[in-house]
Amino acid sequence: MAEINTSGGDHGKKGKHKPKAKKVTVRVDMTPMVDLGFLLINFFMLTTSIIKPQTMEISVPSKEKSDNPPPIKNSLAITIIPGKDNTVYYYFGAPQNGKDPDIIKTDYSKNGLRKMLLDRNANVIAKVAELKKKNEAKQMNDSIYKKEAMRARADMNAPMVIIKATNSSTYSNLVDVLDEMQICNIGRYAIVDITAYDLKLVKDKGEALDAAETEQVNKL
Amino acid sequence: MPKVKVAKKDLWIDMTPMCDMAFLLLDFFIMTSSFTAQEPVQVSTPSSVSEIKIPETNIMTVLIDKDGKVFFGIDGQDNRKDLLRKMGELNGIEFTDKELKTFSVLNLTGVPMNLMKPFLDLPKEQRDNPANNPGIPSDDSTNNEFKQWVSAARAINMKAKIAIKSDRSTPYKVIKNIMGTMQNLQENRYNLITSLEMSPDK
Repeated sequence: MAEINTSGGDHGKKGKHKPKAKKVTVRVDMTPMVDLGFLLINFFMLTTSIIKPQTMEISVPSKEKSDNPPPIKNSLAITIIPGKDNTVYYYFGAPQNGKDPDIIKTDYSKNGLRKMLLDRNANVIAKVAELKKKNEAKQMNDSIYKKEAMRARADMNAPMVIIKATNSSTYSNLVDVLDEMQICNIGRYAIVDITAYDLKLVKDKGEALDAAETEQVNKL
Repeated sequence: MPKVKVAKKDLWIDMTPMCDMAFLLLDFFIMTSSFTAQEPVQVSTPSSVSEIKIPETNIMTVLIDKDGKVFFGIDGQDNRKDLLRKMGELNGIEFTDKELKTFSVLNLTGVPMNLMKPFLDLPKEQRDNPANNPGIPSDDSTNNEFKQWVSAARAINMKAKIAIKSDRSTPYKVIKNIMGTMQNLQENRYNLITSLEMSPDK
């Protein structure tokens, strides 16, 4: 592995014989060490995760508040009800004069829920897009952009989404709906427990409810 | 005919710079990386367009698997010791130093308090067995240990954020129950852990 080279020096030459220190070069073969280095690199690359998981921040109203929710305009309210097997229902407003609102069944695809939300929230989306353009053209710095975008989203005339998931929907359905809120720039939304009235609406639309929910509907 | 003699040449490549580079990279990976913590159950998180990163410290994690088993954990070994001691006091169980030490290296727990002592005495390999991790009781009954865990953890670390990590196919019923329990404890802000998905172009 290591080699000592002793061939240096001018031995065979005539001339003045000066006592010279022998030139010794030590060469160490680094190949095994390189092997070891790369082995460890491989090990660390494979065992570690560089990408940190993403998170979605949500806040829910405190218990007292959620028992007495603030009133919202009927014309602005959208109720979204995630159901079984990746179906989702929605309706606008609330029952008026004893007449049930039209409930529509859709899915989580691009042309389902998102299309409806984009249509409904077109004003805010246009405003945010304009702000974004300004930001990208460096006419507005990031912190002002964020503030302004938040203000645009919190517009009092923007739709307010109420998410009422059924027991049979899954966690990924909830995340999907919350995701749509972000994509469609909806600033005001709330996750609320589903009521018997809403359960009845989706049941009439052909949704299969679980035992506890059926009982709730029957009590109505 | 004169023979052409090939000079015997010793080819020696100096590996020193390569070695330097290898160890430089190695240093980089050691410094930047954090080990993937092992979880008692496998969950595949749903994807979202959110790009907020989760902090590494000051966090309490609620892990819910697809069958609705609930696991709970906080960061920091000393915090975990305090947590178990507190939980022991609440349930009238006293833990030995050895048991506290064993608990402090577990990043998530899914064991009811009455099974905690035998669980901590198990050998390491058996603790990962799903049969030994039945989940923390979290039903809205008289014995809601999950509530105790959260309030005990809150008393230990005031700044901790709550991260909820759950499987795609976990029924919403379980999530509703967990969120409801935490709402009762005035815990109203959660981080839902998701994997990254590209934001669609509008």
